[in-house]
Amino acid sequence: MDIIQEVEKQHMKEETPSFKVGDFVKVDYLIREGKDERVQPYIGQVIAFSGSGIRKTFTVRRIVQNQGVERTFPLHGPRIVNVTVQRGPNRKPRRSRLYFLRDCSGKSATL
Amino acid sequence: MSETKFLLARKKGMTQIFREDGSVIPVTVLEAGPCTVTGLRSDDQDGYQAVQVGFISAREKHVNKAQKVAAEKAGVKPFRVLKEFRTGVEAYEVGQELKADLFEIGDIVDVVGTSKGRGFAGTIKRHGFSRGSETHGCMNVRRPGAIGQCAYPGRVFKGTRMSGHYGAKQVTVKNSVIESVDSERGLVLVRGGVPGPPNGLVQIKTAKTGTK
Repeated sequence: MDIIQEVEKQHMKEETPSFKVGDFVKVDYLIREGKDERVQPYIGQVIAFSGSGIRKTFTVRRIVQNQGVERTFPLHGPRIVNVTVQRGPNRKPRRSRLYFLRDCSGKSATL
Repeated sequence: MSETKFLLARKKGMTQIFREDGSVIPVTVLEAGPCTVTGLRSDDQDGYQAVQVGFISAREKHVNKAQKVAAEKAGVKPFRVLKEFRTGVEAYEVGQELKADLFEIGDIVDVVGTSKGRGFAGTIKRHGFSRGSETHGCMNVRRPGAIGQCAYPGRVFKGTRMSGHYGAKQVTVKNSVIESVDSERGLVLVRGGVPGPPNGLVQIKTAKTGTK
């Protein structure tokens, strides 16, 4: 195997939580508050995966106070404690990246 | 002379690793060593102190006679790459093997390599000149522009930046930090970039200046 891939494998998580584009997920993210660490959940819809190997990331979109918010997490980042799927998409997504949701509002924004 | 760690290595490529706090560190993977000490230079005989190491064993037909005889005399195998490092010789002996575990996490090193050759490059790539407009009737898109004045001085100054051969030159990246060492596979991970193409030969040595 390629040396680079071997090195990456060492730093990658052996098992990553399984979820798909369109799923509504809860990301448990470890944040630091002063000296303490606590888990902060971030709930939203997965709209894209990008990258591969250790660089793979996923983007979670949610609406906060009528304002769309997107956060991109590294899939293999050590700060991500867990990702749980809360429910699947309402309709089956027809594309791999749901960037069109950015231009939707109201009912059409809930895929 | 102060203690210097050194090793020859091959650049394997770049990737990233995570720190405990979640930050991402860009690293270059170097296949470092094993190197064999093939000779010592002493003050008495040579007027300076240095350790000569060999890297990547060579087949006999690829080695010239001088190198072959020198290797036989020293009782080591012939190597494709021989390099001297200026350092005190007391701690070294001929035939000794140097491996990646020489280095520790957090060591600050200089990495010397040969940069990628870019051939005959224009001023934009070579010196970072700006480019002219492609539209609006502009005839100067990638040209260097003026290179001098008029009757006085009536010549182009020496050192004026122009197009020409670029790259394939020795480059040192100073004060890189070693992020990880894999002694089993002989890998050293250095934070940031390293000059040269994949599989290019680089030298890793303790940084000349700089402290943490």
